[in-house]
Amino acid sequence: MTAVTTTTAVPRTDAGDLPQVRRRRRLSPGRRLPAARLIGPLVLLAAWAAASAAGTLDTGAIPAPWTVLRTAGHLWTDGTLPTDVLTSLERAGYGFAIGLSAGVLLALASGLSRAGEALIDGTVQLNRAIPTLGLIPLFILWLGIGETFKIAIIAIVVYVPVYLNTHAALSGIDSRFVELAEVQGLSRLAFVRQVVIPGALPGFFVGLRLGVTGSWLGLVVLEQINATSGLGYLMFQAQNYGQSDVILVGLLIYGVFGLVSDSVVRLIERRVLSWRRTLSN
Amino acid sequence: MAPHTEQLTRPAVRLRGLTRSFAGRTVLEGIDLDLPAGQFTALLGHSGSGKSTLLRAIAGLDHGVAGGGQLTAPERVSVVFQDSRLLPWRRVLDNVLLGLDGKDSGERGRAALAEVGLAGRERAWPGELSGGEAQRAALARSLVREPELLLADEPFGALDALTRIRMHHLLRELWTRHRPSVLLVTHDVDEAIVLADRVLVLDRGRIGLDLTIDRPHPRSYREPLLGEYRERLLAALGVTEDHR
Repeated sequence: MTAVTTTTAVPRTDAGDLPQVRRRRRLSPGRRLPAARLIGPLVLLAAWAAASAAGTLDTGAIPAPWTVLRTAGHLWTDGTLPTDVLTSLERAGYGFAIGLSAGVLLALASGLSRAGEALIDGTVQLNRAIPTLGLIPLFILWLGIGETFKIAIIAIVVYVPVYLNTHAALSGIDSRFVELAEVQGLSRLAFVRQVVIPGALPGFFVGLRLGVTGSWLGLVVLEQINATSGLGYLMFQAQNYGQSDVILVGLLIYGVFGLVSDSVVRLIERRVLSWRRTLSN
Repeated sequence: MAPHTEQLTRPAVRLRGLTRSFAGRTVLEGIDLDLPAGQFTALLGHSGSGKSTLLRAIAGLDHGVAGGGQLTAPERVSVVFQDSRLLPWRRVLDNVLLGLDGKDSGERGRAALAEVGLAGRERAWPGELSGGEAQRAALARSLVREPELLLADEPFGALDALTRIRMHHLLRELWTRHRPSVLLVTHDVDEAIVLADRVLVLDRGRIGLDLTIDRPHPRSYREPLLGEYRERLLAALGVTEDHR
């Protein structure tokens, strides 16, 4: 019945008696706008600039965007900002590198041998149950308030997600592939290199991205409570002197760090896991 | 001619009193079987009759399964599974070469791919292949090792009917050219009759029927003389007229 009604309702073309096909109403949001992810932040920035120019914002609480930029310029030229940024980057970099290596090595040891699993997995799960930032007082007692303790805390924050995700991916390798490797007569080393590691890479990248985020998070906390240099310290000092523009400069730089590092990891992930893209397309 | 005859008399696989059991349930109850070198054998049975257990035992893949008996098999054994089992992170050629080394291996892999009709697809990812193409790549992977024994565990079970017929021709053609011993596990009576020169029926852990099919190749499903074999095999599988 419905079919008949539709056919008569559609206007006929001049060419013949065939009903013209009418396109259905589109229910999906449609094509994505170019540079879509930048539009929201840019609108926000424009609103901030407009409100500052109109004088509706309290400049003591929220300084104008150009004030923040000028402050950043001053801090950069007088040498405080480069030193602080470098110190922060160094801490995050060392901590991240150590945490990443430890996470991967422990995951391999625990994922590839039963003895390793018995020794490592339970211990890491226990470590994970303790909030890492809660270890700060103890670590200060053990390692002093210098750089070592900060790097150690960041390394722990990083290694936990790297370990958990890599280990889960390693133990989740399809048993059918293990059987295949046996049939093909692969040596243990070849099996690890050609089957286990490539198979665990997707899980490892999940851990890596969590680890990168974790390293910045750890850095902020450490620098704001226990530091005499670094970006967090700069912001902490600015709070004491009521310099909201300096605080905003610090936040801006943290944001840029986070964005850049996440993009780098994504880029590497897309390169390394290029075989996956063909599946999703 | 002489070496060929000698080859046929020497069994490639010999089983004597082979038993296997899972959790106290006996699956294979003392199997005695010789597979002559270069013979194309099909193994039929209901699901759960133990045909995969037998194949995995011959392939040496049954770690931790209880059982005894004597088992000899050749050095070079290849297995084709029901799924193509290509590693998704390796390109097709690298999948074919898995576990193979030597400086001419690349050439051999390319040749094997050409033989199964996949020339030009060496750089493709497994995710880009159709089901039939993936299974062809799996065949190439098993052939490139020049196996003396090819074990195939329902290799066409997941393919559509048209692709399956083409794969039957391909498998038989490859066998004619390379002459490995073949043990093809299947639950498809017609597939067994069309492809194999000898059909075994596994029933409750024993070889229930050992049938030689002495008909020229290529065989067609409609060949009337094959009907007789079909009747006997179906009877051995316990499918009688009133079941149909």
